Amino acid sequence: MKYQAVIGLEVHVQLATDTKIFCGCSTKFGAPPNSQTCPVCLGMPGALPVLNRKVVEYAIKAGLATGCAIAPRSVFARKNYFYPDLPKGYQISQYELPICEHGQLDIEVEGVAKRIGITRIHMEEDAGKLVHGDVPGMGDGSGVDLNRACTPLLEIVSEPDLRSADEAVTYLKKLHQIVVYLGITDGNMEEGSFRCDANVSVMPVGSDKFGTRAEIKNVNSFKFVKQAIEYEIERQIELIEEGGKVVQETRLFDPGNGETRSMRGKEEAHDYRYFPDPDLVPLVISDDWVEDTRLGLPELPEAKMARYREELGLPLYDAEVLTASRELAEYFEACLLAGAGAKSAANWVMGEVTRGLNDGGIDIGACPVTPGQLAALLALIDKGTISNKIAKTVFDEMWQNGGEPAEIVEKKGLVQVSDTGEIEKIIDEIMAANMGQVEEYRGGKEKVFGFFVGQVMRASKGKANPAVVNDLLVKKLKG
Amino acid sequence: MEIFDFTIHELHDRLKKKELSSVEATRAMLARIEAIDATVNAFITVTPEEALASAAEADSRIARGEMDLLTGIPIALKDIFLTKGVRTTCASRILENFVPPYDATSWLKLKERGAVLVGKLNQDEFAMGSSCESSAFGPSRNPWNTEFTPGGSSGGSAACIAARQAIATLGTDTGGSIRQPAAHCGCVGLKPTYGRVSRYGVIAYASSLDQVGPVTRDVRDAAIMLGAIAGHDPMDSTSVNRPVPDYTRSLTGEVKGLKVGLPKEYFIDGLDPEVQQAMELAIETYRGMGAEFVEISLPHTDYAVACYYLIATAEASSNLARYDGVRFGHRCQDPQGLLEMYRRSRAEGFGTEVKRRIMLGTYALSSGYYDAYYLKAQKVRTLIMQDFLKAFESVDVILTPVTPTPAFRLGEKCNDPLQMYLSDIFTIPTNLAGTCGISVPAGMSSDGLPIGLQLIGRPFGEEEIIRAAHAFEQATTWHQQKAPL
Repeated sequence: MKYQAVIGLEVHVQLATDTKIFCGCSTKFGAPPNSQTCPVCLGMPGALPVLNRKVVEYAIKAGLATGCAIAPRSVFARKNYFYPDLPKGYQISQYELPICEHGQLDIEVEGVAKRIGITRIHMEEDAGKLVHGDVPGMGDGSGVDLNRACTPLLEIVSEPDLRSADEAVTYLKKLHQIVVYLGITDGNMEEGSFRCDANVSVMPVGSDKFGTRAEIKNVNSFKFVKQAIEYEIERQIELIEEGGKVVQETRLFDPGNGETRSMRGKEEAHDYRYFPDPDLVPLVISDDWVEDTRLGLPELPEAKMARYREELGLPLYDAEVLTASRELAEYFEACLLAGAGAKSAANWVMGEVTRGLNDGGIDIGACPVTPGQLAALLALIDKGTISNKIAKTVFDEMWQNGGEPAEIVEKKGLVQVSDTGEIEKIIDEIMAANMGQVEEYRGGKEKVFGFFVGQVMRASKGKANPAVVNDLLVKKLKG
Repeated sequence: MEIFDFTIHELHDRLKKKELSSVEATRAMLARIEAIDATVNAFITVTPEEALASAAEADSRIARGEMDLLTGIPIALKDIFLTKGVRTTCASRILENFVPPYDATSWLKLKERGAVLVGKLNQDEFAMGSSCESSAFGPSRNPWNTEFTPGGSSGGSAACIAARQAIATLGTDTGGSIRQPAAHCGCVGLKPTYGRVSRYGVIAYASSLDQVGPVTRDVRDAAIMLGAIAGHDPMDSTSVNRPVPDYTRSLTGEVKGLKVGLPKEYFIDGLDPEVQQAMELAIETYRGMGAEFVEISLPHTDYAVACYYLIATAEASSNLARYDGVRFGHRCQDPQGLLEMYRRSRAEGFGTEVKRRIMLGTYALSSGYYDAYYLKAQKVRTLIMQDFLKAFESVDVILTPVTPTPAFRLGEKCNDPLQMYLSDIFTIPTNLAGTCGISVPAGMSSDGLPIGLQLIGRPFGEEEIIRAAHAFEQATTWHQQKAPL
């Protein structure tokens, strides 16, 4: 029998606010344990949560960017369970009335477009972290670090619309790109700023009844998501083929061997006893707030790509590469603003700039050549002051030591020679020294033309204007 | 008249005229506590050093002319208020050694005005009870007759006032926990509208019902205390941002034309005849002053107690989850594993009534029962609120007894939780409706136990109930009687 996988994803996005969702403590990563805590995030008796407005703003942004309806009234709820990293014995989340619902994300896998439904987006607080083993001052034991407790998260829940690991990864990458574009998260997957639970089931092809699903918890890289889902699909199919039954359970992915294993079954599942949190009043969001946020949204990758293709006439490939990150696109657009032509700027950003960044292992934000400088360099090419080739030399100089392109060209005497008299003189000398090749060319072997171009350029130390060289060579060689 | 007999305004006048210093007044209170608290057991913790230090500080403020109505006034707080550096137990073993790192907002406001804290008061454990008998530190006793309970849960706050061990106190009221003990001990207890006073730093029992309020000797003191603690707190999202009036301006003694509602559901068979009689006398008194009476109906009153015990316990089951032995409070010895640490720490730390309510609440919120219990209770709560709002379309205040009977004997209802729960039948609806109520002395039983009168106001109608309560006080002498201790 053939099987069809059905996948739904729950993504947790840590929001890049300066302070926590319900108190004023810093959210900075990597501080000494429990140094970023207060009575509220420690769950002290009598402490009460106060909602961080920025978190709501970020949630609205995420909702608008994924086509969700923003609820005019939403409610925080308590999810009750005991765990040492959960100070209050409950997590403040949203349950029946989340802030965003009914959105979608369009993806394309192997040329086939598909719309993935987004069930809901809700706000919640993160838990702390347990430290096992060598705990400072405690010897061999377990410690609780509550720095992360109460940091803001968005949970973005998809419909079970995904049908393969590849679709799942494509959806995730696109979602990741959007939330990073929005500037609401740093998207750092290693630090857990973007992590995913996958609900996976299989059913016979053609069936419309979903199989029993297993939930794979906390997978924090695209690669692991693909591995985990593929393994899980395989496992469930094998189990069914062998006459077994998939049970509803929570599973953990082990990156070590690429397998998932059971964490807890349905019987051990918590009854979270959700109920509206009486410490927080219902969240009321005005239409004005939503509209103001909508106006403040950055251009998202999809719209940007379309604009690059339609208005700038860039090919699909260029548009895709340049919009991969918001920072790269902003760099590119700054080049255009500084006067650069779209195609040449695209070529240089995707070429020299990207190469330089990759070699240096740095982000576009730290690029030593500013968009203005790059545009000035391109202008020198356009004016014929330097050739494309010389420009690369100038670019390297700018990258290494800084400086304005015109000054570098001036200082190093790299100005292109377009003076026909001067070039003619060089051509004459080279023709005289290579009469054999001249005869070959005239005898119909036009391939040797390239030889003459090379010689002339070398003799001019690369400064001869290649177009002028071409014109004159043709005239002279043809006699 | 002894120093410890003074009201806030009486002591303030003497401090102002420098007839007395705050240190002297504080010493008098501490001596009084020392002399009689072995009998009353109003205090869990007495703080003489801290009290005398802040009294000295208050005296220098007074000397500098920086005086407020509360500067130098010795007060005491129910042990549910977090007091930085001073042990706060909530009358539970689980917090027996808990010293908070911060102050409750309401206490902080009093402290900033120079009030002097003489100690922390007994109560029912986690404010769950109506008699102070669920305290892990033993019951408080009623100063009018020590065989009787002072009521609860703010029993220590009321007993302390009746026994004159502090000038004023704060309590909390979730289902009557200020008004009922105030009535049983012959003092004034004011439960403000939900959201009027910050709950920050007050140990939560049932978050949607808990409200902070004063227990005092007279209505003027209640007005002074409420004015000091009311107002929006950025640390409490449920506190309401609306101006705080000067409540002492409502002390006009004037009730002519005041429309008073008498809910027929509150004047029922089973009401103690002496309580009934006290109410009738009170009505006559008000009529004599020109108030008008209207019979009203609060039709969902019968469901209030059941509704309360679902909502309050549900919230409590969640609020008390933080006492898990991990970060603060009691942790059992040598637990074998996490689960055992949770189980034993909580089993050893919580008393019977608290456990009973955690179990009830957990059940009410459980999957499969949520709709039938918690959700249904919320719907009933909405109906109860509407009852009140509808009533207030035609009346200004509602007059009822505070309790069906005067104080009951120690041990009388200990083994019958349902009887205990029913003693709050007249106070619980106010909490469910989120509105305000005040309890004032209105009589004395033949056993010599006080009887209280309750005035319920509109949401944020504190000024009206204070005015009505004060006028009654002016026309009667019940508040001037002293417990024989």
